[in-house]
Amino acid sequence: MKTKKFGLIGVSLLAAAMVLGACGKKNDNAAAGGGDKMYIPVISKGFQHQFWQAVKQGAEKAAKETGVEITFEGPETESQVDKQIEMLQAALDKKPAAIAFAALDSKAAIPLLEKAKASNIPVVGFDSGVDSDIPVTTAATDNLAAAGLAADKMAELIGGKGEVAVIVHDQTSRTGIDRRDGFVKRIEEKYPDIKIVDIQYGGGDQLKSTDLAKAIMQAHPNLKGFFGANEGSAIGVLNAVGELKKDGQIVVIGYDSGKQQMDAIRSGKMAGAITQDPIGIGYWSVKAAVQAVKGEKVEPSIDTGFHWYDKTNIDSDEIKPLLYE
Amino acid sequence: MKWAVNASGENNAGAETPAGANRRFSFARGGVLQQLLAFASLILLVIVFSFSSDNFFVFDNIMGILLSTAVIGVLALGSTFVIVTGGIDLAVGTVMTFSSVMTGVIITFWGAPIPLGIIGGIATGAFCGFLSGVAVAKMKIPPFIVTLAMMMITKGLSLIISGTKPIYFTDGRASGFKDISMASVTHSLFGIEIPNAVLIFFGLAIVAGLLLTKTIVGRYTFALGSNEEATRLSGVKVDFWKIVVYTITGVFSGIAGILMASRLNTAHPALGAGYELEAIAAVVIGGTSLSGGQGTILGTVIGALITSVLTNGLRILSVPQEWQTVIIGLVLVGAVYADILRRRKA
Repeated sequence: MKTKKFGLIGVSLLAAAMVLGACGKKNDNAAAGGGDKMYIPVISKGFQHQFWQAVKQGAEKAAKETGVEITFEGPETESQVDKQIEMLQAALDKKPAAIAFAALDSKAAIPLLEKAKASNIPVVGFDSGVDSDIPVTTAATDNLAAAGLAADKMAELIGGKGEVAVIVHDQTSRTGIDRRDGFVKRIEEKYPDIKIVDIQYGGGDQLKSTDLAKAIMQAHPNLKGFFGANEGSAIGVLNAVGELKKDGQIVVIGYDSGKQQMDAIRSGKMAGAITQDPIGIGYWSVKAAVQAVKGEKVEPSIDTGFHWYDKTNIDSDEIKPLLYE
Repeated sequence: MKWAVNASGENNAGAETPAGANRRFSFARGGVLQQLLAFASLILLVIVFSFSSDNFFVFDNIMGILLSTAVIGVLALGSTFVIVTGGIDLAVGTVMTFSSVMTGVIITFWGAPIPLGIIGGIATGAFCGFLSGVAVAKMKIPPFIVTLAMMMITKGLSLIISGTKPIYFTDGRASGFKDISMASVTHSLFGIEIPNAVLIFFGLAIVAGLLLTKTIVGRYTFALGSNEEATRLSGVKVDFWKIVVYTITGVFSGIAGILMASRLNTAHPALGAGYELEAIAAVVIGGTSLSGGQGTILGTVIGALITSVLTNGLRILSVPQEWQTVIIGLVLVGAVYADILRRRKA
């Protein structure tokens, strides 16, 4: 009995050690405040999507160039606003030189950001802005304009009339709001014969977005186009079209890249997608933070750009570096 | 003793679920009424939605509903076992994801054949369940805490092992993996296209039902939930059977992981959080009591179907998503309240 118990404890300790060991390897650069290096925590909206991995890559590149220390973290899903706020709080407690922050909720973090301002910690927004003038700058895609471009392409591809639907990742983040509004506004202003029949939110969860997109397609059998406003949403739409065997009958437009979207674009299942410059976003989040700390002049907003890509230019020199598998 | 025969399962699902057909314990009485009530609500929902929209009661949509039930449904089947013992398993969602990641690792990283990947995935789920069971039975840690810890551990391990990247089953050797969920055996046999995932779900429901009502495992599952001390005193190896029950739940999570990965053709390391609550909701709506000792598999199947019919129907009617969640929450409370009322009368 006793040996059994000890065996169990041993196994659990071993498991814990393994987990810790694996973490340790990855986060060698995570030791906050060590040395004289400037420490900048980067708090993103997630880390599981390939998009955020690309942002991280850019942030690390800038950190190397400028010789600062960064940590990169984010909540598991893009609905965990509370968790992100806790991460921001913890980052502030470490008394960093600056903070780079991509807000899941454009308002929720404002009290904490005010605290940062009071302690003279410059905040740089990236990807998703905050409804406040505290951030010295925001390095982001102009999501309104980018989704507007998606709407133009949608109109072109369905011939200027018919029913379309949209799946967005959430209704509280700046990117979710802007991509939805950018798309909707452009359609309303320029294409009176196109009707947006439904807009739903799938939390970026591929499985849920799939079921969601299927229900929308069932409810609107005449649907001609479908816009997925982030990677998870777009994959959901693609799965739904595949499962209902409507390949080729519905124009699918996606956002960002990832292997599944790229394969779908190459094979023609997806008409095309908007890509941002995730590496650029990550790079500028850290770079601008360093500039702000050093008191250099920083533009109030850094537009990192966006592009339409489809079968014809997916492998071009201009687009290829912006895509991630 | 009640002998309620529920032939209701096949009406909506095309499958017979034997659970609830036989109750061995008089203290498990009454679940029948709750099931009838749950089943009546399911039918009512289907009728209401069918009248509200022409696009609801069509073959493709019904298949869509069943397919969207499959993953949560299989998790709910597994959860029924622990819940009947009076325990809880919060880790089913992330263990599911962990299993799918392991399947991905085995098939795509190690290049092993698909069946090995499937066995590996299910074994992963079983092992996680086994560990939870040991911690609950031998270390006497409350199930809520044990499985909460297991949820965190498996969530982290999925991300670590996959390198936070999705694992795609698109390479040569893995092609055909998608067929596990998405091909249709009935299509090639009878020309009716019911996706395999749906067939597997109903198949597993039958297995789970038999396990819970016709075997010694089921008998002890109920016994543990209704009076653990009495069970122990009558010479039953309580610890052993607890571990068995948690392992069974783990096996179901493993299978759910394979169904999910196959449907998406990808093992996504960050999915699965929150799925455990949907599974528990399905179990509870189906009349299984969270205090243990009572519950049926048929109830769970109906409970899972009610949630997905409701979600799908509200979506088809374009009810804003915020309200969908509110309505499902109300249904959950209503279902449990109905159960309490009924028991008070009994």
